[in-house]
Amino acid sequence: MLSNFGNLLLFINIFLSFVIIYSALRCLKISNKFIPKTIYQISTLQSTLIIICFFTLIAGFIVSDFSLITVYQNSHTLKPLFYKISGTWGNHEGSLLLWVIILTIFSFLFLVITKNHPKEYRIFTLVIQNILILGFLFFILFNSNPFSAISPIPKEGLGLNPILQDPALAIHPPLLYLGFVGSSIYFSAAMASLITNYSQTAFAHSIKNWVLISWCFQTLGILVGSIWAYYELGWGGFWFWDPVENASLLPWFAMTALLHSLIVFEKRGLFYFWVITLCLLTFILSVTGTFLVRSGILNSVHTFASDPTRGIYILLFLTLMIFSSIFLLFKKYKKENYDLNPNSKETFILVNNWFMMFYLITVLLGTIYPIFTDVLTGNKISIGPPFYNVVIIPVVVIFLLIMAIGPKVKWIKEKFNNLKNYLLILLGSILINFLIIFLFKSYSILSNLIIISSLFLIISSLIDAFKSFKKNKTDFARVISHASFGFLIMFIGLNHIFSIEKDYNIKLGETKNFDNYSIKLQNLETENFSNYKAVIGSLEIKNNKTNRKNILKPEIRIYENPQTLTYEAAITTSVLKDYYLTMSNIDRSDYYNIKFQKKPLMIWIWISVIMITIGGFLRLFQNAKYN
Amino acid sequence: MKFKLLMIILLLNFSLVNGEEKKVDQNTIHKNLRCLVCQGQSIADSNSDFAQTIKLVVKDLINDGKTEREIYAFMADKYGDWIVFKPQVNKQNFILWFLPYLALVLGGVIIFFLFKRRRN
Amino acid sequence: MGLNKDTNYKTNFLTGKKISNISLEYFDENKFYKEEDLKRNNYTLINFWASWCLPCRQEHSLLIQLSKEKNLKLLGVNFKDKKKQAEMFLNELGNPYDFLTKDELGKSSVKFGIFGIPESILVNKDLMILKKFVGPLSTEDYDSIVEIIN
Repeated sequence: MLSNFGNLLLFINIFLSFVIIYSALRCLKISNKFIPKTIYQISTLQSTLIIICFFTLIAGFIVSDFSLITVYQNSHTLKPLFYKISGTWGNHEGSLLLWVIILTIFSFLFLVITKNHPKEYRIFTLVIQNILILGFLFFILFNSNPFSAISPIPKEGLGLNPILQDPALAIHPPLLYLGFVGSSIYFSAAMASLITNYSQTAFAHSIKNWVLISWCFQTLGILVGSIWAYYELGWGGFWFWDPVENASLLPWFAMTALLHSLIVFEKRGLFYFWVITLCLLTFILSVTGTFLVRSGILNSVHTFASDPTRGIYILLFLTLMIFSSIFLLFKKYKKENYDLNPNSKETFILVNNWFMMFYLITVLLGTIYPIFTDVLTGNKISIGPPFYNVVIIPVVVIFLLIMAIGPKVKWIKEKFNNLKNYLLILLGSILINFLIIFLFKSYSILSNLIIISSLFLIISSLIDAFKSFKKNKTDFARVISHASFGFLIMFIGLNHIFSIEKDYNIKLGETKNFDNYSIKLQNLETENFSNYKAVIGSLEIKNNKTNRKNILKPEIRIYENPQTLTYEAAITTSVLKDYYLTMSNIDRSDYYNIKFQKKPLMIWIWISVIMITIGGFLRLFQNAKYN
Repeated sequence: MKFKLLMIILLLNFSLVNGEEKKVDQNTIHKNLRCLVCQGQSIADSNSDFAQTIKLVVKDLINDGKTEREIYAFMADKYGDWIVFKPQVNKQNFILWFLPYLALVLGGVIIFFLFKRRRN
Repeated sequence: MGLNKDTNYKTNFLTGKKISNISLEYFDENKFYKEEDLKRNNYTLINFWASWCLPCRQEHSLLIQLSKEKNLKLLGVNFKDKKKQAEMFLNELGNPYDFLTKDELGKSSVKFGIFGIPESILVNKDLMILKKFVGPLSTEDYDSIVEIIN
């Protein structure tokens, strides 16, 4: 019954999208400036129905209605309620429904909020957004329908994968989708702007908050994904340059570039076509990422189960999007008159964009290059952290320095009188770096540069904030985000420099010593839980200098349904560092393999990203208040 | 005067730079090798049997005095380029290593021309 | 098209390469089986197996059949196994190997590019790898081996 109801709602929504497109285009012929009430009403209906449709699927998961294939494949009666619900969007079909909800709701909200903008522009945004909605609805209906039914109805579901039962993983997709799926609205708006020649700076007003919202949530989504990887995957890292991670990072680079060039466009009306390009690029990258991840073309830690037909459909959709974007851009392109002074804030923002494109191209290349070599030469290569670190980090050093100076540069023309102050700050940064080396240990040239340049950014931002605070002119949003970015890079750098990793094979009762630490496998217990058996090791970490002891209890979990083995890391977090320990058994031996890591300043890495996002939300709040 | 001070401090700082990384680090190598029986994990991160064996082999190779590069070459020879996470700098991967920097330079050139235009 | 390519690891690139630096410890004696020994055979099928490996049981009957081939010698490498259990395995299912060696820690097998067992490598007199089989031998694999060696 749920299956029929859900399918009915999908059909109705397809119908409604067609109605909206038709009525919207029709009302263009009416000469007044207003969009008819019916369009608002149909839009409201459309949003309501898709939400009900989504709740229908959730209901299916909650009651464990295994007549729905998606529920059967991804749920289980024994799953806790919270994870039954989050299981709704933790699979391919359900997540597509989440795509459609966000596309639809954003369509509706944009329509309602942009009342002060030209009618034609709003109409075309609505039309194009609905074409996107239709694309995904068709995809769902004909290829990946969460409401597909099976018969006879199985008694129990298959989906009890313990790794997927995690709170961070539960909110990770919704956050991320508010980001890169949300970017669809300014994709449509950009197309509409081109079609209706709405190239005044007011166009920037209409999309800037949407760009901000999607940017904030994309950042949070990436953060939560990294936190999950750190806590759940057991390797102690939080970023692997895995294709799925890269797929979320690519739109982020474009969004960040867009965020900044919108400032220039709004203030001085420059770079309209570049802004449009970035709007189009962001969502194109989002769909590209979805293609890479779901088509099975790439091998990754977190690949969804794959099916080639999915890939073909998404690829076709993507190609259509790209071609229509390029076509429209070429058709409407007009040479702009620039009056650009090298010594201006505009330039620095251009430079930000320039570097963002570098990062984007590097990550894109690294992600899809193996596909090309495999198809063309049959030779499979791997591109992992070593590649990205070597290529990107040196450039980040320069980027941080520019980021520190840029915001203080004046619009149009800057006289650079305060070069001296920057030299002083640089001096201070080098001194602090020197202090770190002196107190702790020395590290590589690249690490030195990273620490110095991130310190430069942090100190510049804080001094700038302090000075402008006295005049009551502080731009808190920007200061918080920029300084926090500096902190993020610095903490990542320090964490990398001062991390200790030790790998041992250890027996019960044995102690291993290294540096100032002793690790002893004190105890091993087996405990039975409702759906798994756990072998829990008690390891005592003793700091021989301070005599502090920590007991960490990593686990080896043996699940029945499905038969899986997982390794739960034991993590103790404190202000200065995390201790991270995983344990695994060695086949045919009574030795256990333990990996001990001391990871300094981990929690500050997360806090930095949260602060970056807070800067974004603050700006959003300010914008809303100003209106 | 301030500039000279800056230079001195810079030199002092960088004279302390850790040049010691020439020593072959087991962990670095483990991180750069792919666990072939896992989904996207490195040898360092994997608990699999295969990973354990590779760790033993790497240890032996280090004790034999092989350099990091030689160890990667050995592994790539036996298991294919797929096992090493850092793509080789060769003709096949030329585009991979140089395109990003090419793009960077191109971007700079474009911006430079944007400034030139305004003079018209 | 690229989408339909198998994303599982393949070892086709090994075909055509020569193996070298072979030194496998005999199962029962303190001797080592080396390259020179391999060169004496027209063709050698090097088979990596263990008593604890279930798919190894599957292919075992094919190995027994292959052992009857005149032009082919079978070199078994007992991989990360315990002597007693390996002997029991061979007693139960038969010993197809002309030469039996062991690799208790698995380190020697890495030189052959082994990452999971069972795996088999077919080499010729010049120690060139003609084919590598990952997983238990199938009847198609059997046929292709017979074709090559004759």
